[in-house]
Amino acid sequence: MDVAELKARAQRRKLIIQGLIIAVTALAVYGAIQSAKVNLSALGLTSGFGFLERSTGWSYSFSLIDRDISDSYARTLTIGFLNTLFVGALTIVLSTIIGFLIGTFRDSRNPALKTAATVYTQIFRNIPLILQGIFWYAIMIHLPGPRQAMSLSDGVFLSNRGLMVPVLNLPLVVALVLVLIMIAAVFLLRKARIGIFQSAIAWVGLLVLLLLVASGLYVPTGESVFSWPELKGLRFVGGLTISPELLVMIIAIVLYGSAYIAEVVRGGLAEVPKGLIEAGEALGLNQRAIWSRIKMPMALRTIIPPLGNQWIFIMKATTIGVAIGFSDLFYIVSTSITQSGQTLELIAILMGCFLLVNFSIAQFVNWLNDKLKLKAH
Amino acid sequence: MATVAMLGNFDWKQFKRRAFSTPANSAITIIVYAVLLWLVWTAINWALFNAVWSAEDVEQCSKEGACWSVIDARYRLILFGLYPFDEHWRSTLACLAIVGTIVLSCFPWTWTAKRLSVIWVVGFAAYYLLMEGGLLGLTQVTTDQWGGLALTLFLFSSVVLIGMPMGLGLALARRSEMPVLRTFASLVIDLIRSLPLLTTLFTAAVVMPILLPSWLEGDKIWRVIIAFGLFFACYQAEVLRGGFQAIPKGQFEAGKALGLTYWQILGRIVLPQVFRHALPATINNVVVTFKETAIVIIIGFFDILASANAAFGTPEWAPYYLEVLIFVALIYWVFLFGLGQYGEYLKRRMKVAER
Repeated sequence: MDVAELKARAQRRKLIIQGLIIAVTALAVYGAIQSAKVNLSALGLTSGFGFLERSTGWSYSFSLIDRDISDSYARTLTIGFLNTLFVGALTIVLSTIIGFLIGTFRDSRNPALKTAATVYTQIFRNIPLILQGIFWYAIMIHLPGPRQAMSLSDGVFLSNRGLMVPVLNLPLVVALVLVLIMIAAVFLLRKARIGIFQSAIAWVGLLVLLLLVASGLYVPTGESVFSWPELKGLRFVGGLTISPELLVMIIAIVLYGSAYIAEVVRGGLAEVPKGLIEAGEALGLNQRAIWSRIKMPMALRTIIPPLGNQWIFIMKATTIGVAIGFSDLFYIVSTSITQSGQTLELIAILMGCFLLVNFSIAQFVNWLNDKLKLKAH
Repeated sequence: MATVAMLGNFDWKQFKRRAFSTPANSAITIIVYAVLLWLVWTAINWALFNAVWSAEDVEQCSKEGACWSVIDARYRLILFGLYPFDEHWRSTLACLAIVGTIVLSCFPWTWTAKRLSVIWVVGFAAYYLLMEGGLLGLTQVTTDQWGGLALTLFLFSSVVLIGMPMGLGLALARRSEMPVLRTFASLVIDLIRSLPLLTTLFTAAVVMPILLPSWLEGDKIWRVIIAFGLFFACYQAEVLRGGFQAIPKGQFEAGKALGLTYWQILGRIVLPQVFRHALPATINNVVVTFKETAIVIIIGFFDILASANAAFGTPEWAPYYLEVLIFVALIYWVFLFGLGQYGEYLKRRMKVAER
């Protein structure tokens, strides 16, 4: 047998194997469709997305926008998706900030900070997230009622109905615009190359000015800029109430997520070559300058890819909402399945939403990674 | 051992220099240590000094201390769920078999493909025989009566046992020269990794019965274990991919030049090195899997978390929910912290070996 013959034989074998894979997959898909038809007709269900128009007739714990018990499935699922995005985004931002802080402490020279940060990560990383969620929720619902609410500071109350905080007495859109302007101001002030102290003053000045203008334009006469929570009878009125479910979601996911991100940050900081830090010390830079000008910029390049994985992980972790009654997308989908029986369609929607979000996060992380690459090479 | 050695070598001079270098730094050191000490003191007071330990003394329980009576009274429910009371010794032995398997596979002399697979298959078989019974005069106990820590350990060990070969298969398929196989493997891996575990398990538990003909449906617990195993395998495939990338291409070519077949090259040259490179990441994956088993409570399994909920589910024990949850958290913590520290130790050891 010559070489050409052997090669041709190997080629044939590969083709046959691949053909078999395609055939088996096609057969499995065909079989699944057939048995789905049989099983669904036995249950008296029709497939299709027509049910999205029907009204649900059930209620759930949390929504960012107006909702009603007679909402359609489409609207209810949208609310669930918004809730997942909202909690995901909020916990990603908070976990990242706290994670960077704790990770920096773990890398700190001060032994006390190091110990505290290590204890933090070792506790919150090594207990399942869902157990932490159930733990905080159990504590939350055993808190005293509104009449005996714990007052954490002026106008901030904690009770089994959630956390009550003062809030700007402005329409939601105006408040959002304000927040966006203030975030943009941070970046503009950083570009302006003035000292950190001056920029802080400028930022606060801008905030006060905008608040005065906004309250002049939008707050009804005779009311104050802030709405304060007050106990009236059996419940609180005014202010903003963060529901127990949302609060527990935030606490549990942020503690867990930040412990993981802290490990990522510590790993990144540890990879920075020692010589660079010593060079900084030799130049007479202080510790803060070494951290912000040498260590962090260098470490970020190793931190970003695993950090992106953590963000995707946190997004997926929002599904624990179902264990504590927070109406995230998974909660809404699984309730919809029990109520409507449209299992296949609803699971497809659930998967589609998660693929979309996680794909977007991955794209964003890639973009960030490209931006941070060392330009000189 | 390591901690003792570290205490012996503790560098007091460096500690002083770093803790009290500037007035601000000294203030931070003192405040942080004071807060930590206060936290530890409060915790010890609550959990040990003011605690009530036995189930008979439950009337003495107060707000100041932990009421461990609830654990004393309900630990069997937490550990073994609804398993028949008289057969609890079987559950105990079965749990020990799994824990023994995990501990054994931490010793480097077991690290050959043959020994590891023998240890895991034997450990798992011992567990299954003890729990299920029906042989050797043991009465049969079906899986729906399994629960608590025993069920958690069962899920964990079967997921790892099924997931390891599946992960290797996926990793190999992804590196294959056949485009169809390669695309198929990448699709599966990327899809499962982008979805929450809960979605995958939920699909296995609820959606699969619709898609499968009734003769193929099987038990819910096995459907969930296979789906969980697939989830483990997809992450493990990525871990192994990193290991494969560390092997120079010349080694494959050298093997081919010697006239070895594909499987001989893999089994004798490449895979032993791949597993060595991928070991710390593999342990990390195993740790994460153990932690994630807690999620099965949502799809209706009576795992340790569900049995904990049941333990304080009666009016008598309802006030002591914290004690039960802390007890379960401690069990998880000891397992996970131990395995994690072991992974860190291995990573350090391998770094030293590479130098």
